[in-house]
Amino acid sequence: MTFEWIHIAYAALTLFIVINYGMIMTALVRKIGARVGGRYGIPIWQNYIDLAKNIALRSKITHGVMYYLGPVFRLTGGVGLLLFVPTIYGSVMFQNFSYAGDLILALYFVFFGTLGMALGAGESGHPHSAIGVSRGLAQVTAAELPLALGVYAISLQYQTLNITEIVAAQQGSIFNWTLFTNPLTTIAAMFAFVGTMMRSPFDVVLAPQEIPIGPPTEYHSAYLALMQTNRVLFPVAKVVIYMNLFFGGATNWAEFAIKVFAIYMVSVLIGVVYPRFRVEQSIRFFLKWGLPVGILAILTV
Amino acid sequence: MKDLDKNFKKDTETEFPLREEMRPRKVTTPDGQVIDIDPLADYFCQEAPKVHRKSYSAIVEGFYNWARANSLWILGFGTGCGAIEMRPLMTPRFDAYRYGIQWRPTPRQANLLVISGYLSVKTLKRAIRAYEQMPQPKFVVGLGSCTINGGMYWDSYNTIKKLDEYLPVDLYIAGCMPRPEALLAGFMELKKIIRKGEAEGANKYAENFDWYKANQKSVIKDWDMPDYSW
Repeated sequence: MTFEWIHIAYAALTLFIVINYGMIMTALVRKIGARVGGRYGIPIWQNYIDLAKNIALRSKITHGVMYYLGPVFRLTGGVGLLLFVPTIYGSVMFQNFSYAGDLILALYFVFFGTLGMALGAGESGHPHSAIGVSRGLAQVTAAELPLALGVYAISLQYQTLNITEIVAAQQGSIFNWTLFTNPLTTIAAMFAFVGTMMRSPFDVVLAPQEIPIGPPTEYHSAYLALMQTNRVLFPVAKVVIYMNLFFGGATNWAEFAIKVFAIYMVSVLIGVVYPRFRVEQSIRFFLKWGLPVGILAILTV
Repeated sequence: MKDLDKNFKKDTETEFPLREEMRPRKVTTPDGQVIDIDPLADYFCQEAPKVHRKSYSAIVEGFYNWARANSLWILGFGTGCGAIEMRPLMTPRFDAYRYGIQWRPTPRQANLLVISGYLSVKTLKRAIRAYEQMPQPKFVVGLGSCTINGGMYWDSYNTIKKLDEYLPVDLYIAGCMPRPEALLAGFMELKKIIRKGEAEGANKYAENFDWYKANQKSVIKDWDMPDYSW
């Protein structure tokens, strides 16, 4: 792919659409949860107000350079993840900076934010942050194993590391999706998906009822605003990868909106049904159930 | 009823020693280095609070105030029996979330400190620390009669009577206990105050810092923290 300056504007547009979509969607999911519980729920634009409020706070304190860079790295992880995979298949505008080996880069960016957060939270000096982040890293590492194996299986299956080509191979019929051509890989990767979405049963890291509230304990005002932006952007970016790899990608924004919402709801539905795991329980769960399925996927592909 | 009467006032003559973990000491690190540790200087920022100006543009400040009013994050810190009245607000019957009111587990992310009921001197110390760690602008709501004049604890030796002498209160919700409906009405009232730009309690605290500190120190017997704990 040759580079043209207009691609930057296109990428910014993608980012804008995805952030706004994420804002509305996460609020909608919370609202659905509230309605199921018999409550009215938050206003649909609550995420925007919270963001404006946090930016409007007057006093900001810093604990050092890494404390400041933590949320920046976290957001970089989300933005990078989104910008290096094709958001809309077949569209020149929303192809972003996808290139031949973007699958490997995407794997890296999934982990990048967590590592940045570890440095930032570590410097905040709060014991809850340090405990929370070590828990988070342990859990995410265990959860990423099935995903890594699933990605290898996928690249073996399609003989490529280019997400665009993987999406292209799944076009035509719903039965060309990886979900149907290679269900074992999809199951293995979905273990990782549920494990890294920071929703119950794997949300012990960020849960307010645990050591409050884990890594972001010390983060406030504009730092927290950056992290909030990432909280709405990162899940969508991650879902985009899963959509491209396993669910046939999206050829227009309507299909994108529906598929992302549906895939996101998988983790939500599992979350409302199952109670929270402790960290060692979830690691054991991934090693016991996720990892064998991943190995099986590699062997059978 | 005054808090600072003879019986209530702390004994300033006798020195109260620092708790052991707060005393300066020498520590040998695992690699044999000997380092000095002074917890009060190392763990806390001693800088006094500053008065933060409003935004220069009235339109911007108006927008900010609108956002602050519609995104009230309450610190999940219950001091007295009033804390039990906050729980129904999260449930389907009252559901405060629909007004943009949420609970946060850490003072760094909270804007509203609800002193829910009587405040014993021991808890006052924690409430002050929680309040000082919240970012500006921050609001305090006194819940129940105990925060106004002591209520049924008017002659207690161990609870403060007037909350306003220790923390700048933006709003009182009277009653013993006020029901959740009263709380909701109070929060709506607080929103109006914030929208008008009159909820400047944090600046009031910074301006009258010495007065507040003198009041706080006059009742807290074991003051083993810095004057301002960030």
